[in-house]
Amino acid sequence: MRASAPRWATDLNDATIEAARGAIGGALTDAREAVGEVQLSVHRDGLVAALVALRDTPGLEYQQLMEIAGVDYPERAERFDVVYNLLSVTRNHRVQVHVATDEDHPIPSVTGIWPVAGWLEREVYDLYGVLFEGNPDLRRILTDYGFRGHPLRKDFPMTGYTELRYSEEEKRVVYEPVQLAQDFRTFDFLSPWEGAEYVLPGDEKGALPQAKGAQTPLSADAIAKADAAQTPTKEPKASSEPYEKSTADSSADTGKGAAHPHASPEPKDPDVLPTPNADKSGGQNQ
Amino acid sequence: MTQETVAPPAPATTTVDPFIDELLDQPSAAESTEGDVTIQNYTINFGPQHPAAHGVLRLVMELDGELVERIDPHVGLLHRGTEKLIEYKTYTQALPYFDRLDYCSPLCMEHSFVLAIEKLLDLEVPIRAQYLRVFFAELTRISNHMLNLGSHVMDVGAMTPNLWMFEIREDCYNFFERMSGARMHHNWFRPGGVHQDVPLKLLTDIADWLDTRLPQLFEDAISLVADNRIFKQRNVDIATVSREDALAWGFSGPMIRAAGIPWDLRKSQPYEVYDRMDFDIPVGTRGDCYDRFMVRVEEVRQSARIMKQCLAEMPEGPIASTDRKVVPPKRAEMKRSMEALIHHFKLYTEGFHVPAGEVYVATESPKGEFGVYLVADGTNKPYRCKIRPTAFSHLQAMDFMSRGHMLADTTAILGAMDIVFGECDR
Repeated sequence: MRASAPRWATDLNDATIEAARGAIGGALTDAREAVGEVQLSVHRDGLVAALVALRDTPGLEYQQLMEIAGVDYPERAERFDVVYNLLSVTRNHRVQVHVATDEDHPIPSVTGIWPVAGWLEREVYDLYGVLFEGNPDLRRILTDYGFRGHPLRKDFPMTGYTELRYSEEEKRVVYEPVQLAQDFRTFDFLSPWEGAEYVLPGDEKGALPQAKGAQTPLSADAIAKADAAQTPTKEPKASSEPYEKSTADSSADTGKGAAHPHASPEPKDPDVLPTPNADKSGGQNQ
Repeated sequence: MTQETVAPPAPATTTVDPFIDELLDQPSAAESTEGDVTIQNYTINFGPQHPAAHGVLRLVMELDGELVERIDPHVGLLHRGTEKLIEYKTYTQALPYFDRLDYCSPLCMEHSFVLAIEKLLDLEVPIRAQYLRVFFAELTRISNHMLNLGSHVMDVGAMTPNLWMFEIREDCYNFFERMSGARMHHNWFRPGGVHQDVPLKLLTDIADWLDTRLPQLFEDAISLVADNRIFKQRNVDIATVSREDALAWGFSGPMIRAAGIPWDLRKSQPYEVYDRMDFDIPVGTRGDCYDRFMVRVEEVRQSARIMKQCLAEMPEGPIASTDRKVVPPKRAEMKRSMEALIHHFKLYTEGFHVPAGEVYVATESPKGEFGVYLVADGTNKPYRCKIRPTAFSHLQAMDFMSRGHMLADTTAILGAMDIVFGECDR
């Protein structure tokens, strides 16, 4: 991995998927590794048993539930994904457990396994309207007292439906339907000729994006794998190993630049046109 | 503290006049003796406007005399819909929202988000940028702990250390201002690196400060409370949390370390150049408020140690990726290069595209594990950005940690949790 994101024991990913298949069994509908993270899809009926297995099976040992996140995909039949992020402090590994549901079918609560799930489930209920069966205290948590609707659903407008102000006549805060002084402005910067769904003949050869951040039909996982295949894998440094400070060979390895920006010719940048009197140029607004 | 007694159930008697009671055919209150009066639990409302609530926390407390029977924290009074807003912004535009989450440690909030973007992009960050990020993330940790340690001691009755530690905090803010131009909301970490390089004089000034002013002020302030009898009486053995509880309640950061679990993401899941740093992780022995306090005290010293190593090792070089599809060009380049101008225009209107995928990236913020669960769909805006605040799981444990303690202990418990509501309520 080239990015400097937290490096946990990703070499355990494959073993984890295998162990999870054995421990969870039929409830596990899908298990995959993407962008270096393990994602398990579990059917909601077997969720509690699956999470207990993930917590208690030796070789899995996910002691901590760090997060429950809701995601809304309105075009799906079961529109909500509820994602449980588990952490193992003994194996130094993380795993995502995905459960799909819709507005009507409740997900079994995991407050019996991890008490921390109480508020996390309340939050998903509040923002998405996903029901959790068995949560003893399924109230709203983040939104206002008396709020209606579930604001993080994709069909909930960003401006909301009500606004409040202090009314001088009534000497209290009053709620009113939202009135926008100007229409809600959202700009679509996706240029239509780049988002074409068909593939022109020959395009499949250059599947990788020209540069990071360019538009691409590929997933992050495919790009990460292609990058890993291109760049030689470096052995991760042990934390005890001292870091060699100035013995690195090339400036590309260290990022070490020239001592003074104008002392020597700058590295070739295709964006910069050479100018004869570059050092005499004045301020940036000239 | 506003006191409101809950309306008691309708009393058995309506008057104290035995004659009227007889007319109404009901037992009289006037005849009851002392032993008949049952003392009822009463409920008080702590906050949302209370100096020890550290923001807008409302605690509905059920008390038996002065003993806490149950606490129901009401959060969300500072909910601003950050996650919803982020879905409507490009990745670059979404970044400043993170400064406003935990406004006491803004750079550490940005850190998780930029690392999540970089992980999806599989983007390499130049080594100097990594050092700069670690360096200023540790300065943020110091500044955050100054606020927390100071307000904690003030919550339990000490005044002076807070004033001294605010001096340090003020120094930190001055450094931050020289780093980014802003004292609080820096918006300085960017996907691919940092926004601007720092002047050399700033680094040397911080180096001097680490050697002189920080240890002087900090050790003086801590020496007033660390062995102080009153401070210990208010904190030792208050709200002890076992290892099992700490795991089950999703604790992280100083809270889990005080409970005796040596777990620090900087050490166990190193990001940036933390694997090159030599530092120790303080661990508590009893898991009480005093341990949480002392863990943070030691973390300040360790942060200073990391910063010194950064200063010693930090190489020269670019401070952001040279990938022009993610990082905008410098102003001077734009004056001379059409290509740079186009890149600048595209990056500040359309923004860069993040390939489809989902990652959960968590870093060690001063308060604990601050995570970002980022779902990208290949466009220039996040499809979903779930922010995992540290305060949510800690505050939820407030109920079981406070049970059986005195009312006055709740401020110590709350102070030792280190909660900021910008982050908790999002």
